[in-house]
Amino acid sequence: MEWFDAFIVMFASGMRLAIPLILACLAGLWSERSGVVDIGLEGKILVGAFASAVGATFTGSAWAGLAVGVVATIGFSLIHGYASIDQRANQIVSGTAINMVADGLTALIGNAIWQQGGRTPQLPADAQFGAIAWRFAEEIGRIPILGPIYQHVVSGNDIITYIAFLVVPLTYWALYHTRFGLRLRAVGENPAAVDTAGISVRALRYSAVIICGVLVGLAGVYLALGQTGYFQPHMSAGRGFIALAALVFAKWRPWPALATCLLFGFLDALAIRLQGVELPVIGPVPVQAIEALPYVLTVILLAGFIGKAIPPRASGIPYVKER
Amino acid sequence: MSTPLKPLPAWADVAVIPLVNVAAAFVISGLVVLAIGENPLQAVQILLTGALGDLEGIGFTLYYATSFIFTGLAVALCFHAGLFNIGVEGQAYFAGLGAALVALHLGFLPGYSLVIVAILAAALFGAAFAAIPGYLQAYRDSHIVITTIMFNYIASAIMGYLLVNVMRVPGQMNAETAAFPANGRVLQFHEVMAWFGVHWPVTPFNLSFLLALVCAFVVWLLIWRTRLGYEIRTVGANPTAAVYGGISPARITILSTLLSGALAGGLAVNVILGEEHRLILEYTSGFGFVGIAVALMGRAHPVGIILAAILFGVLYQGGAELAFEQPKISRDMIVVIQGLVVLFAGALEHMFRRPVATLLARRTAQPPI
Repeated sequence: MEWFDAFIVMFASGMRLAIPLILACLAGLWSERSGVVDIGLEGKILVGAFASAVGATFTGSAWAGLAVGVVATIGFSLIHGYASIDQRANQIVSGTAINMVADGLTALIGNAIWQQGGRTPQLPADAQFGAIAWRFAEEIGRIPILGPIYQHVVSGNDIITYIAFLVVPLTYWALYHTRFGLRLRAVGENPAAVDTAGISVRALRYSAVIICGVLVGLAGVYLALGQTGYFQPHMSAGRGFIALAALVFAKWRPWPALATCLLFGFLDALAIRLQGVELPVIGPVPVQAIEALPYVLTVILLAGFIGKAIPPRASGIPYVKER
Repeated sequence: MSTPLKPLPAWADVAVIPLVNVAAAFVISGLVVLAIGENPLQAVQILLTGALGDLEGIGFTLYYATSFIFTGLAVALCFHAGLFNIGVEGQAYFAGLGAALVALHLGFLPGYSLVIVAILAAALFGAAFAAIPGYLQAYRDSHIVITTIMFNYIASAIMGYLLVNVMRVPGQMNAETAAFPANGRVLQFHEVMAWFGVHWPVTPFNLSFLLALVCAFVVWLLIWRTRLGYEIRTVGANPTAAVYGGISPARITILSTLLSGALAGGLAVNVILGEEHRLILEYTSGFGFVGIAVALMGRAHPVGIILAAILFGVLYQGGAELAFEQPKISRDMIVVIQGLVVLFAGALEHMFRRPVATLLARRTAQPPI
């Protein structure tokens, strides 16, 4: 059973690596389903992580940190929203700008306050989101097969992990089973029709952008207050772009998004686990190949060799109301 | 709520609007400096002295500017075809491989023909790396923005693997290749000046600058004076009309991404062949993305790009001095400015159009006769 335990531990670490991806991917899903393309996820993760670390440092409370982080990302989301919705900007350009400003500003302010190369001080345990041990985790853990799953995968995560797994069904329900969701999806496909029905395209898109800000903010909060307990410049390390890849890979649908993010998180855990391991025949494992796999898979999917990824029809196109 | 705007006079469109946009970016940057407790005017003074105060500073400034001219042209060329190439970073990184392979393994080539072949190899590798996203955009309908983002990471993985596992000098700690032979290097400016007996401080400024100027001229010629350039602009403005006019958008898409990738290779020429003289891990250090800011600020015109590239050269060189003198204003400040320039000159480029138009209309309003 030793290999099974090892597998479970690795699965759990893959799951933890997938949490920021899931949150960021769903954030992108909300935004793009409403017709606002968001390549600024990467930058907004940084903003969420930085603002929450600063908030938690000054208040000593993880929840206050979370609030600060989410408010900051909503702010950045609204800048992107204003450019995309009201100014009819090129959304790719606006997203690029968000990424650059976020990358520079977080490092700059962090360095200006603490003079540690942009790193914020390590937070005490009570200012972080700690692992929540479920009841009898130790005792149930001794049961074969199901025990370790309960002990290592179900139990022992922080609150944001559980939130992330809740957001998936919530997103699914909201998008496919509420009036708001129907309208939101419609505005991403055919805004003129929504407008004709007397519903504000602008209001729908702004609400999607705000939801995007909340979720991607949580992804950043998870990095700073769940995983590490500090902020470090560039700590998002491309997760925003992997989330974007996962979004394409999942064809803009919530459940496949969850599956894809778990897969990408698992690949990440595998790459870390195989670092420096010598395999028979192959020799040392080229971990870069595993790291590049999410990107390669996404390109292959985009090329239409395994199914077809068709984005929402109006995504990236500013809506111009007819006069 | 809004009345249609009278079109702005041409001079306002070319000069006033871009200047107002860039000024907005710098005003906000100044506020950021103020917010972290430093004096923005003093910061500007240190920055300008560091970048332009002496020959050494100017050398570094022009060295950075050379990189930005190449990446700015690469981004701009695709803009004209209506394509957004975010992959200049990855294409330039991969181009470094071409330059290094030639410089390291074709040492038998006589004299400076080695460096010329290395430059061509850089362009070829850059173009080859751009070819796949270009092909996928043209024929498989996959969006070039997403594929080039993915290809940036793929480039990073390939180059990381090659530099760490294959090309590294055995026994060396750093992930970098051996040094190139002397005839596999682009001459540095101080070496050229020494021929004429002129003393010039040792800086990385090298002859790639001239190549960059030539490329800028060729891009101008291509876009505005050739049939291909006309086709590129037509596809960029209206692909449907292009088809009606007998132009194949797919062909133009492929050609412009190839040319864009080749221009991205110029970054490898300047940094790898001109200064480092060996291939190093992550040598591009985000300069491919600076190209986006440069292209937007220069409004995709070669003259604008050269001016914007020099401005960013000043920012990068002066920013290094500034970070040294005032540790609170780290080099990240330059990335903030860069982002704000992209925001105001790119995303929000029309934000000031109405106020400027209103102002101009008031000025030029004729009294009733």
